[in-house]
Amino acid sequence: MSASMEAQVRRDLFDQMVLIRTYEEAVLREYHADKKPAFDIGAGLIPGEMHLSAGQEPVAAGVCAHLTTDDAVTATHRPHHFAIAHGVDLQAMTAEIFGRVDGLGKGRGGHMHLFDPATHFSCSGIIAEGYPPAAGQALAFKRRGTDRVAVAVTGEGAANQGAFHETLNLAALWKLPVVFIVEDNDWGISVPRSASTSVADNAARAASYGMPGVRVEDNAVEAVYAAAGEAVERARNGGGPSLIEVHTLRLWGHFEGDAQGYRADLEGVPGKDPIPTYEAVLLEQGVIDDAAVAASRKNASEVVEAAIAFAKASAEPDPATVLDHVFA
Amino acid sequence: MTTTTEQPTRRLNTAKAMVEAIAAEMERDENVFVLGEDVGAYGGIFSSTTGLLDRFGPDRVLDTPISETGFIGAAIGAATEGLRPIVELMFVDFFGVCMDQIYNHMAKIHFESGGNVTVPMVLMTAVGGGYSDGAQHSQCLWGTFAHLPGMKVVVPSNPADAAGLMTAAIRDDNPVVFMFHKGIQGLPWMAKNRRSVGPVPTGDHVVEIGKAATPRPGSDVTVVTLSLSVHHALDVAEELAGDGIDAEVIDLRSIVPMDTEAIIESVTRTGHLVIVDEDYQSFGLSGEIAARIAEHDPTILKAPISRVAVPDVPIPYARPLEYAALPTPARIKAAILQQTGR
Repeated sequence: MSASMEAQVRRDLFDQMVLIRTYEEAVLREYHADKKPAFDIGAGLIPGEMHLSAGQEPVAAGVCAHLTTDDAVTATHRPHHFAIAHGVDLQAMTAEIFGRVDGLGKGRGGHMHLFDPATHFSCSGIIAEGYPPAAGQALAFKRRGTDRVAVAVTGEGAANQGAFHETLNLAALWKLPVVFIVEDNDWGISVPRSASTSVADNAARAASYGMPGVRVEDNAVEAVYAAAGEAVERARNGGGPSLIEVHTLRLWGHFEGDAQGYRADLEGVPGKDPIPTYEAVLLEQGVIDDAAVAASRKNASEVVEAAIAFAKASAEPDPATVLDHVFA
Repeated sequence: MTTTTEQPTRRLNTAKAMVEAIAAEMERDENVFVLGEDVGAYGGIFSSTTGLLDRFGPDRVLDTPISETGFIGAAIGAATEGLRPIVELMFVDFFGVCMDQIYNHMAKIHFESGGNVTVPMVLMTAVGGGYSDGAQHSQCLWGTFAHLPGMKVVVPSNPADAAGLMTAAIRDDNPVVFMFHKGIQGLPWMAKNRRSVGPVPTGDHVVEIGKAATPRPGSDVTVVTLSLSVHHALDVAEELAGDGIDAEVIDLRSIVPMDTEAIIESVTRTGHLVIVDEDYQSFGLSGEIAARIAEHDPTILKAPISRVAVPDVPIPYARPLEYAALPTPARIKAAILQQTGR
């Protein structure tokens, strides 16, 4: 870990990761609260599939630290960490996850379909298919002569999809200001990357398209921050796209309700949790103290619980409005 | 409703009419741009973009790699940021390699965002057969697109409507699928329908999406159709007029939204309905029209309806087989004669 990084940047990265984890733990709690004793995916205050990002906080925190809300982020079916790190309104996002009228999509989208024009945030539930629209956002930014960038996120399983490769080629060909992020959490639901991917390193695929590619090991937030800083800078300065793969960690199941019987690495997983790891480093180097850690958690908890309360207080959509918003 | 500020017209083929409409909108709004395969120097395989590159340059007329998912997706992303792309899918038959972007993204983003994000774009694509291009390059497939909520679907049959509907499509804040039949483009390398060249108003010519036209009023039987089949229906109606059969021809012009009112009004008068559709027969446009009449009042029909569509078979290659599948004038004539008891 770099001791030369500004202490405030390191504290911000830590706070961002704590906020994300606190949020995911709260959603986890609310999601399961009324699905007992028998788990029913369609029941409860938060119904439907739920893909939580615990363990992947370093990617979102490290990348989004370089962005403003004028930049675009296109995330995946597992979008919360990037939405939070990019500054999406937490209350409107939570209301959407609860399917309420004050949600980002007025209850039409749900947790895999979060759209926030204020921060140019969007996500897609279809693997790799968020990449092409990100290239289009970058095209719009470039045509208008701005230095805004688009960040496109996928998992490592998506790197075997056609949309991934079509977009890398297009973005490199047109020198678009895009930063492609691959979150390698080792698992495509139950299939390990060794059984799905012909190369050891998806960053190596960037060379096929003539763009820089780097792989960040060990879920290291500061290394993500450094790599993303270079890539965002390159994109802002007209240097075109870059690809960053981060070896990260899916701390929990693919979705809630996933018993993970396939997962041989599960016993060792909690020890790899990036937040206690980073906390220990920052404590040891005197960047934060116990009081700062406690304050970070307290602040996160207050913000998150306020968002949950906001969502619960918001009304459910009126069934009479079911046909609204199909067309503008 | 069709609005036209200046009245003089000139005669153009459908391709040229489309290009003029696109060019006028590109002049009017710098956010409008064109991208797709061979839309630049080639001018579009079916001449839908001829001359635009010379006029507007490569920043606004972009040849793309053969990556339909990539470039249609890029058009979608650009549209969400306020640009107004016109993206060409060379043949509608190629939809299979990019349907996720079209349906899961282009058509759904506005809805999923609760109306907060608009996707103002035109997906234009060539449809139709009749020239032995085989099963993968001859389909119409408008029923497939119309089935999926969130996209408007326009299907012009003549140069004036192609221009007016293109202008409306570009100005629409929704994704509009603009499906033009190769047989009405007026291409020099394909047999021309005589109505592929026609008068096109100058000035700000807009054809409202969702309004059918009645190119031939009549009292004996209603022929509801669209695209190239409109011309076959008109040819047959003219022929049968000499035999004392007065057929009304309705050109739908768009099927999302579809002008159900115009169909019901006409059938209420004639009591007889022939639906002519170059798309597959089952689970498509012809069945939908029949259902809407049945839901409204089946007793307006004096006889069971007739469907002249592509029977449920891929479009064959050999000419005699292809023309056995297409809704030809002979099949349309037979259906009208059956309806009128002749």
